[in-house]
Amino acid sequence: MKKFINKVDDVLVESLSGFAAAHSDIVSLNLAPNFLTRKQKASNKVAVISGGGSGHEPLHAGYIGYGMLDAACPGHVFTSPTPDQMLAAAEAVHANKGVLFIVKNYAGDVMNFEMAAEMLPFESATVLTSDDCAVINSTYTTGRRGVAGTVIVEKCVGSLAETGADLQSCKQLGDKINHRTASMGVALTSCTVPAAGRPTFDISDRELEMGVGIHGEPGRRRDQMREADAIIQELVSAILDNLKPAPDSEALLLINGFGATPLMELYLIYNSAANLFKQHGIRIARSLVGNYTTALDMAGASVTLCLLDDEIKQHWDSPVHTAALRWGM
Amino acid sequence: MSTSVILQSLQDIHDTILQHESEIESLDRAIGDGDHYINMKRGAAAIVEMRDELASLTPDAALHKIGLKLLSTIGGASGPLLASFFMGMAKVLKEKNDTSTKTYALAFTSGVDLIRQRGKADLGEKTMLDVLMPVADQLVALANAGTNNKTICEALIATAEAGMHSTKNLIATKGRAAGLGERAIGHIDPGAKSCQLMINAVCNVLLKNE
Repeated sequence: MKKFINKVDDVLVESLSGFAAAHSDIVSLNLAPNFLTRKQKASNKVAVISGGGSGHEPLHAGYIGYGMLDAACPGHVFTSPTPDQMLAAAEAVHANKGVLFIVKNYAGDVMNFEMAAEMLPFESATVLTSDDCAVINSTYTTGRRGVAGTVIVEKCVGSLAETGADLQSCKQLGDKINHRTASMGVALTSCTVPAAGRPTFDISDRELEMGVGIHGEPGRRRDQMREADAIIQELVSAILDNLKPAPDSEALLLINGFGATPLMELYLIYNSAANLFKQHGIRIARSLVGNYTTALDMAGASVTLCLLDDEIKQHWDSPVHTAALRWGM
Repeated sequence: MSTSVILQSLQDIHDTILQHESEIESLDRAIGDGDHYINMKRGAAAIVEMRDELASLTPDAALHKIGLKLLSTIGGASGPLLASFFMGMAKVLKEKNDTSTKTYALAFTSGVDLIRQRGKADLGEKTMLDVLMPVADQLVALANAGTNNKTICEALIATAEAGMHSTKNLIATKGRAAGLGERAIGHIDPGAKSCQLMINAVCNVLLKNE
């Protein structure tokens, strides 16, 4: 393993400290329990809180700020945060309109947020994101995994919360977007968890992992490396099979890098995916390309398609000011 | 089972987890995400550090405190599940207010039931429950029959081991291996392995104290 590390046990806190210092105009960091909040506490709005294992940066702390999250709880690398973090974060940002948790659908995250919600002294609701359509056979699963589509949910729900909308309306918008969003990823290399010190899975130079999860967990199957268009074709087909969009649908296309794939390749993927979706009559009305939901140092990318309507489009376009997404202000 | 036996068990659980680092890690890398060992080690170390604080407590209070500590230390799925187990055990011990084998059997079963509820999982889903549920059933049956502790411990060690091996040929329907479908067949579940190690450690402490 060759990484920028002082001591393995200090990686998380040193990284969080650097993040908070670099974006001190936007966020504040609390340690033990670990959580981050907006620099300026918002008032009279639903408090939107997310969290999850670390290693997916900029998810979630990079989305704290006006128009998106009020707080985020980072866990250890690829490990859900704990209820004490969520309770402390909720206490810090709660503004008398309830708390909305946005949680990626993994057993650990679901259970920890569930226990926090049970212990919370005020009203809360939860949006579970499950946009990953790689896992096909639902008989064998506890549901689909939440991946890069979570960013779209956080952006739009955050925008709605900013208008003073109530808790149930925010939850409904989050659920709606989740149902209209599908993602699938592919990995070319493994990631290496710092504390483990070696790659999570073995993969040769001639192979790819189709349908990989954002923790390097296996997906649909191991396959031979191919040219980009053939790889992207499979991702796009899986998404179309899943969402079954009506002809002439408007959509947001997100190409997300897993951490070690250069932007040059991500744009190549965008070019390929956008052309394929257009051939199927999809109008790509909004787009985002970059590293938004990573898996440490994994090479690979995911394609996310969100079917837009006027409400989603309005909240996607509204001003946002966070470390990782900023427009309109 | 006194608080000192509980503390000795937790020390041995800590040691056995550390001794099996490479085995747990390789199982988790095969069908999980490679963090199970790190999480278990962090939890076990936090409990061992609380030793002095726990020593003066009654068994139920000690177990409750252990549950809360695990909840805020481990994270992931193991955190809430193991916390639920210890807190469930503590609740029964407090209500019954005795330390008989029968009461411990009831407390253990209650802890396992809380894991089932929290994890919304059952037997045969390739999880820690494939170890814990057969062990709980056997513990209750033997305790109710008045079996001596030595025989009970020896039986539980074997049952835990069989439960752990039974996960090898199962398809995972809960937990992070659930996305793998048939690809999970042939691999022992890492959570089942760590539970088997923990039961083995506790039973061996009890056998030594017989």
